[in-house]
Amino acid sequence: MARSVTNQRKAINTAAAWIIGLLIFFPILWTILTSFKTEAQAIADPPLFLFFDWTTENYSTVMERSNYGRFLWNSIFIAGGSTILGIIIAIPAAWSMAFVPSRRTKDILLWMLSTKMLPAVGVLYPIYLLFIQFGLLDNVYGLTFILMLINLPIIVWMLYTYFREIPGEILEAARMDGAGLKSEILYVLTPMAIPGIASTLLLNFILAWNEAFWTLNLTAAKAAPLTAFIASYSSPEGLFYAKLSAASTMAIAPILIMGWFSQKQLVRGLTFGAVK
Amino acid sequence: MGQIQLKQVQKKFGEVEVIPPLDLEINDGEFVVFVGPSGCGKSTLLRLIAGLEDTTGGNIEIDGADATDLPPAKRRLAMVFQSYALYPHMSVRKNIAFPMKMAKMPEEEQNRRIESAAKALNLTDYLDRKPGQLSGGQRQRVAIGRAIVREPAAFLFDEPLSNLDAALRVGMRMEIGELHKKLETTMIYVTHDQVEAMTMADKIVVLQAGVIEQVGSPLELYHTPRNVFVAGFIGSPKMNLIEGPEAAKHGAHTIGIRPEHTEISTTEGLWEGTVGVAEHLGSDTFIHIHGIEGCDPMTVRASGDVAVKHGDTVYLTPKADQIHKFGTDGLRMS
Repeated sequence: MARSVTNQRKAINTAAAWIIGLLIFFPILWTILTSFKTEAQAIADPPLFLFFDWTTENYSTVMERSNYGRFLWNSIFIAGGSTILGIIIAIPAAWSMAFVPSRRTKDILLWMLSTKMLPAVGVLYPIYLLFIQFGLLDNVYGLTFILMLINLPIIVWMLYTYFREIPGEILEAARMDGAGLKSEILYVLTPMAIPGIASTLLLNFILAWNEAFWTLNLTAAKAAPLTAFIASYSSPEGLFYAKLSAASTMAIAPILIMGWFSQKQLVRGLTFGAVK
Repeated sequence: MGQIQLKQVQKKFGEVEVIPPLDLEINDGEFVVFVGPSGCGKSTLLRLIAGLEDTTGGNIEIDGADATDLPPAKRRLAMVFQSYALYPHMSVRKNIAFPMKMAKMPEEEQNRRIESAAKALNLTDYLDRKPGQLSGGQRQRVAIGRAIVREPAAFLFDEPLSNLDAALRVGMRMEIGELHKKLETTMIYVTHDQVEAMTMADKIVVLQAGVIEQVGSPLELYHTPRNVFVAGFIGSPKMNLIEGPEAAKHGAHTIGIRPEHTEISTTEGLWEGTVGVAEHLGSDTFIHIHGIEGCDPMTVRASGDVAVKHGDTVYLTPKADQIHKFGTDGLRMS
């Protein structure tokens, strides 16, 4: 009796998980489908699901009109650069918070996180002025720097959580063995935290890749990443859903593929420390 | 050389003073054991010597030079931790090589020392394994190997055997003892197990609440404990401590008598009591006797074949010259 209830429950849970999963994935699926329709089919009423004349015309048009390669390179540079820079800064910060905490460490961590609660637009004006002042507008380095700052609290938090799992005695052993601070972090802490660092890298790469507010507001032509590439199909010529969908698909494809291959690492990273 | 001197060393965590100012001298080549109950400050004291904790006051001198403010790396001390603290991502070889790599020792010399340490510690076949693939005893040997290759001024052991099972512990105890005889290097060993302290030490430091209760050789502590605490802590089973009228008869506040210094008889004796639990170890029997005023139960060591059972009435007579007397302040009366 108990067993049948369990099985029934299991079936319901599985079905619910599938429904939620499909609901979340549906907009992406719809975007991908729309990218293979003509503009007329894209706005057809009732909407066409699978039975339409599949065409790759939108992709050729998008490729002709925009320099996809440059946008892609900018995205890789900005997302990759900001993540790596963030990790380099965050490792020593997380080390000190995890292993030599002061009475104020928890406050500092919370304060850092609180900066993420501020609406980004609230600091747009001062940042914009600073960027003008330093000549960083429409500059990949400027954008890399600002995205690094935006994601730094999350990187520090994640690394802090992983580092807390590493027994302090091992680092003390390294100190006794003659390791200075640099050697301790380089030869002992970092290799032991590789899984944690890898998932932090992945997650922040994705966050930086998808970041749209700063990338749209601080770039024009030279430094624009794929978010700007999508945006360029959304407004000026009216609504071209099919081309917009093609551009979106091209923008999300690289990160989607990367996410697919690293999902195990990502899930482990996001649930790290939850179960001991 | 490995002479360590603590002068008025003090440690506070915030407002809490865990180690009031204390003095201690550890001579070159000595095997010193810090022993005391949990939370007595013995590990903290070791960590102060190691440099893993900062002192609040006082000085630590190593070979005559002030080391109070030196980082752990500069003190020429090696430490073996309770959890072994091996580097899980490195092979046994790399674990042992790590301190030499940090000291930028030539590779040939590193290999020579690794081979000789591995041979001495029976690790030759395991050099390419990761710590996760080793048993507890092997891991502890790797930790010791990592410590000896540096040829430090002194070794610090922080309860190194507490994670091992009983049989392995006895074996490792002997191996560490042998190692000390061979290397003749100063060793400071922290344990809460007084058997380890008695069997291994040249000198025992008994600590309670951060205060040194007594310093001396194992037998000195056993035969002439300075106070009631040391009397009760050193020796297994514990010394019987008797207060009240029986003690007053000897002009003391407390008298102590070890289990082996009491005669047991079924017919006559000074004190009458009832047999409670009897622990038969084969060679000896430890009998817990109830009903003796001022000490309940009293433990007595009898021969392995003693014929008493639960509920029997027995008579006890302490050996008069083996009675320890303590005053109201807890100190030994001469």
